[in-house]
Amino acid sequence: MKLLEVDNLTTYYKLKEGYVRACENISLQLDRGEAVGLVGESASGKTTAALSLVKLLPENAIIKAGRIMIDGHDISGAGEEELRKIRWKEISIIFQGAMNALNPVRRVGEQIVEALKIHEKISDKEAIRRTAELFDQVEIDPDRVREYPHEFSGGMRQRVMIAMAIACNPKIVIGDEPTTALDVMVQAQVLQLLENLRRERQMGLILITHDLSVVGETCDRVAVMYAGQIVEDGPTEKVFSDPAHPYTRALIAAFPNIEGERNLASSIPGNPPNLLYPPGGCRFHQRCSEAKAGCRDIEPAITELAPGHRACCHLLQGRVKV
Amino acid sequence: MKPVAQNINNSALLTVSGLEVHFTARSGFLTSLLSRETIRVRAVDGLDFNLARGEILCLAGESGSGKTTTGKAILRLVEPTGGDIFYNGENVRQFNRSRLRRFRQDAQIIFQDPYESLNPRQTVFSTVAEPLEVNRLTSSQGEKEERVAEALSDAGLNNPRELFLRYPHELSGGQRQRLAIAGGLVLKPHFIVADEPVSMLDLSIRAGILKLMVDLRDQKGISYLFITHDLSLAWLVSDRIAIMYLGKIVELGSADEVIKKPLHPYTRALVSVIPVPKRISLADKTLLKGETPDPINIPTGCRFHPRCPIKQARCREEEPLYRQVEGGRFVACHFI
Repeated sequence: MKLLEVDNLTTYYKLKEGYVRACENISLQLDRGEAVGLVGESASGKTTAALSLVKLLPENAIIKAGRIMIDGHDISGAGEEELRKIRWKEISIIFQGAMNALNPVRRVGEQIVEALKIHEKISDKEAIRRTAELFDQVEIDPDRVREYPHEFSGGMRQRVMIAMAIACNPKIVIGDEPTTALDVMVQAQVLQLLENLRRERQMGLILITHDLSVVGETCDRVAVMYAGQIVEDGPTEKVFSDPAHPYTRALIAAFPNIEGERNLASSIPGNPPNLLYPPGGCRFHQRCSEAKAGCRDIEPAITELAPGHRACCHLLQGRVKV
Repeated sequence: MKPVAQNINNSALLTVSGLEVHFTARSGFLTSLLSRETIRVRAVDGLDFNLARGEILCLAGESGSGKTTTGKAILRLVEPTGGDIFYNGENVRQFNRSRLRRFRQDAQIIFQDPYESLNPRQTVFSTVAEPLEVNRLTSSQGEKEERVAEALSDAGLNNPRELFLRYPHELSGGQRQRLAIAGGLVLKPHFIVADEPVSMLDLSIRAGILKLMVDLRDQKGISYLFITHDLSLAWLVSDRIAIMYLGKIVELGSADEVIKKPLHPYTRALVSVIPVPKRISLADKTLLKGETPDPINIPTGCRFHPRCPIKQARCREEEPLYRQVEGGRFVACHFI
């Protein structure tokens, strides 16, 4: 039994003009102790997909379809009451931008104590003890629990966010761009911490990022999103060394790589489509250098290239690599 | 006045010598009543480098290294507190208001975030025309339109005249950064400080903006001080890279040398954490402990010593000299 199974998750945003098809037919699986990267550019739907898992969406969002199972337990139809029990204890989120997610006028430790007490029936004393323990686990001096968020550096604040996310021993942690605003050295430290915690606690980790290298450093598997859909997913090693979808190839080629040639990588022409009016056929066809006539009209189906490696492109039809 | 520095290079467009920017920060109200002590933030603490005509020099470093302050100080957008800046042989620090104004036509700065540096209520035309108007550089509306169209097309925006009446929000992220660049190009500068010009942009459009910068150098001979935290971008577009740590340059050399054969222990660690698009183990990287200290409390001796993997007793006491180790390669470390 998988720790997490998501089938055909589809979430739209309702606007005056119509529906923004932010994420469509997202299917994901996650094992205990496994890390999966959800990678894509801005507005590819990766954050929407993740927030849909715990239903922490803006008011105008509508989950149109999809089934979400945690440990074999279907939570797709869960009401607010049940979701409150699931969030933080089963599945928790490290939010993007720790500067905004912490209350600036309350001591950092208090904020974790409060979170613990909301989710678990424990005494103040116990909550304070556990907070100090959490600080220790995310490698912050436990004496700093009495400080305010502004006294912490960006990297330290992100560690606080991680402490909060793991406070109730969740089985699954979602990291939404957890290292995006950090310097590379601090980013590497935070990723290392996440990796250690994942191994010690056998947590499942879903890492949302625009940065392929973050996936390369932390994730066993990767799902590449474009315009609201997963266009390719598979083992990280395989997807990076032998990308099947033209978008994945273009994304990797656009990544500045000091191990490659010293010339400016090619950019992908054009811009991602407006998801109020997504293009017909394959959503990438307007920017795809390999597009054929059929790509404009017919939506490509999933091709299973090897066990666990799939991509959604007409050019792969009938070409099964093993 | 300090003596004129000895390393003025006449072929250089820009020579920076001993540049210092120290800020005095006020301590809290109560503390200021109790003591007269002011806090000195040594943001830039003695920099020496020069920039040749048509060169792209990268200032690279983490947040707090002083790279942005350096860029601003060269244009005197923040006032240097020490050192000299020679531009075409003239000392920028001695410029009076009108000379400074002329200098700032020739030397432009492009900021990181086109969303913030552009006025959302100004059309494309008036955004780009404004520098011409402020400096009274055009005599007729026709000439102004001509210059604006030329700048937009130099910035890689096609059909410029069709964009004249658009607003920034109607443009894509890449187009917005091109618009910000056009606002700098309209004065036909010879020198541009580009401060993290692509870090807000998606990967797929970054390369286009960087290529534009390099093309402008090749075609118009524009020199750049390219400020970035991203060493792989620095390697791709720059001729030389200077690595900054806590207000000083710790290493400077050709882009290939610095990235492929880093000498300073800080550069070595930074290079080891450069992101690469492949499956890699974090264990293969040199992770430094802790974070860059506050520029209020700069460590004694070598400012990198508390985090340095090869430090010795001497490093705590004695500041290493920033010196040339081989042709064009400068390093500040006792053990190189």
